[in-house]
Amino acid sequence: MILRELSEAIGVSSAEDAVRDLIYEHIRDYVEDARIDALGNLIAVRRGTGAVDLRVMAAAHMDEVGMIVIGYDSDGSLRFRAVGGLDARILPGTRVLVGPDRIPGVIMWTPIHLNRSKDTVSIERLRIDIGASSRDSAQSAVERGELVAFDSRFVELGPTVRGKALDDRAGCASLIALVQGERFPFDLHVAFTVQEELGLRGARVAAQSIEPDVAFVLESTACHDLPADLDEPDQTTITRLGAGPAITVADRSMVSDPRLVRHLAQTGEREGIPFQFRSAQHAGGTDAGAIHLTRGGVPSAVVANPCRYLHGPTSVMNLSDFENQSRLLRAAWMALTPAILERD
Amino acid sequence: MPLNLKDHLQQLSETPAPSGHEAPAREVIQAAWEPLVVAFERDGLGNLIATKEGSGSEPRRRIMLCAHMDEIGLVVAEVRDGFLRTLPLGGIDYRALLAQPVLVHGREVLPGVFGAAPPHMSRDRRKYSPADELWVDVGLPADEVAARVRVGDLITFDAPFVALRGERVAGKSLDNRASVAAVTVCLDELTRRSHAWDVVAVAAVQEEVNLGGAAAAAYQIQPDLAIAIDTTFGAQNGVSDDAGYTLGDGPTLGRGPNFHPGLFKALRDVAKEQEIKLQIEILPGNSGTDAWAIQVSRAGVPTALFSIPIRNMHTPSEVVDLRDISRVGRLMAAFIETLADDTLDRIGWRLPGNGAETEGTV
Repeated sequence: MILRELSEAIGVSSAEDAVRDLIYEHIRDYVEDARIDALGNLIAVRRGTGAVDLRVMAAAHMDEVGMIVIGYDSDGSLRFRAVGGLDARILPGTRVLVGPDRIPGVIMWTPIHLNRSKDTVSIERLRIDIGASSRDSAQSAVERGELVAFDSRFVELGPTVRGKALDDRAGCASLIALVQGERFPFDLHVAFTVQEELGLRGARVAAQSIEPDVAFVLESTACHDLPADLDEPDQTTITRLGAGPAITVADRSMVSDPRLVRHLAQTGEREGIPFQFRSAQHAGGTDAGAIHLTRGGVPSAVVANPCRYLHGPTSVMNLSDFENQSRLLRAAWMALTPAILERD
Repeated sequence: MPLNLKDHLQQLSETPAPSGHEAPAREVIQAAWEPLVVAFERDGLGNLIATKEGSGSEPRRRIMLCAHMDEIGLVVAEVRDGFLRTLPLGGIDYRALLAQPVLVHGREVLPGVFGAAPPHMSRDRRKYSPADELWVDVGLPADEVAARVRVGDLITFDAPFVALRGERVAGKSLDNRASVAAVTVCLDELTRRSHAWDVVAVAAVQEEVNLGGAAAAAYQIQPDLAIAIDTTFGAQNGVSDDAGYTLGDGPTLGRGPNFHPGLFKALRDVAKEQEIKLQIEILPGNSGTDAWAIQVSRAGVPTALFSIPIRNMHTPSEVVDLRDISRVGRLMAAFIETLADDTLDRIGWRLPGNGAETEGTV
């Protein structure tokens, strides 16, 4: 399963190389003009039939959140900081892989027998144990600045799957499937982007070089449909697992182009492809936030896989939501015309 | 075949066996000990009791080696909308469970995970969530979960054993499978040494809930001496110098009211003679280990405690140094080799003045 390969590949923001190599292997026979730009984005063109004259960009980000080693303690443990948005509360006891050699480590935790405090231990006070017993031993194994990823196997749970980095390797997998399928009426400019988790850095320059007329971002978005918390009912409504891919109306980074949102929704209804709208009242942004502001502005939309426990080692995603992400986009793109973007 | 300690510990670590449900661990341990002992017994609580007979004339003295085999775990407390709320079985640290994978032992084994809200929507990241706000997600629709999982089903950590650098390894349940492995090392050593006393090795149940297994086993075995083997806190960030012992610097030998001073001294002397690294751990009262229950069995048992330093105790990522495990095994074997008819007299209490020795240790 391509999702397993992509999930288990390591590509913490700024070191997406392994993911990029993997994706290129899957698309190389289907694209032209493949190139890696100055930031590390993989950009290529899937030639269309030529029936529709639009420059269409589709983007999915390759990077994942992780950590970076900043120093050593005298006992050989590693000090680190977050790369991207990490909640320190998920880190105690977590398994990690450090640096390009994927050195196994665990995030240390003071036993409950000795500390029962409910106050969160900040990342500044957490340490990684790689089995080094001295500062010298740690230094010889790991350089400061090396990146740290979650060590997490991909697991098939039946209708769902679990793994790290489904945000946004699932979007990458959907975009690969779209590239590998039947040609679209237009040339599709695909960008597998870097550094989304650090502030949409890759997508910005990709869009500046592609100069698209319209852009679609394939994402994986938050979902927290656990049993209702009566104190905070809105927590459950951002998206629901299994209710279809989520169309973003607005998030912290962008208001989606309403014409594209309408086109996507009408396509879903016409084709009988389930979809849902992502609640606009929660934080979060996507590459579309950068793309839609490039040059003179680019009408943009986001279609995302709902994923529980995002930005952790064990996200859970529904496979039919995932399959419907590419189905919905394929159907919408087959019906995409310049007329859709004309103002009323 | 020589004992491969790392492989043995991996198998022990990855076996799910929370308190009261130790059968899978018991099977693994019995298979490992089978070539090393002469007789097995399983008592009413589920303790595995293995005897390796000594060469002395009957009736022979007995030394009991006791390592508990149970691990901490959780049970399903509620099934709601396909999600599972849990209760702890033993000293579970819910602060270290967010986003951690688990196995739910329902009608079939289901991989699950403790759900954690993404940072985008967490309202208060300054506090760890209380247990009743944490849900296990097995990724199945509510009706399928209801058909497979019931209240009371067990949940264990899903944590593969990992080799770290040097001699360190990480895994779940190293408390106390590291000690079980130390007993295996000892029994293996004893196949190449002669010993006069009977050695009775116990893989005990239910230490993590009430030390019940060790109490029952000691009552039945009536040992002349006993050594409990457990884990102690490894030195690490957040653990004070007084509480933590450096990994790789040797096991600790307990000193304090839970332990017989003569037995303590005899074991410390063996470590010196054998030049095996040993740290001394001062325990001013209840050691919180099987030694606490064994010491007061029947008329009392001279008891000692070896502890293996581990880090991150009671998380799915405990860390141990394999050399410390091996040291406990070799130390116990070397001590057992010295056991003779007069051992109890030598380590026993002495009345003042006349030098007479008492039966106080039997």
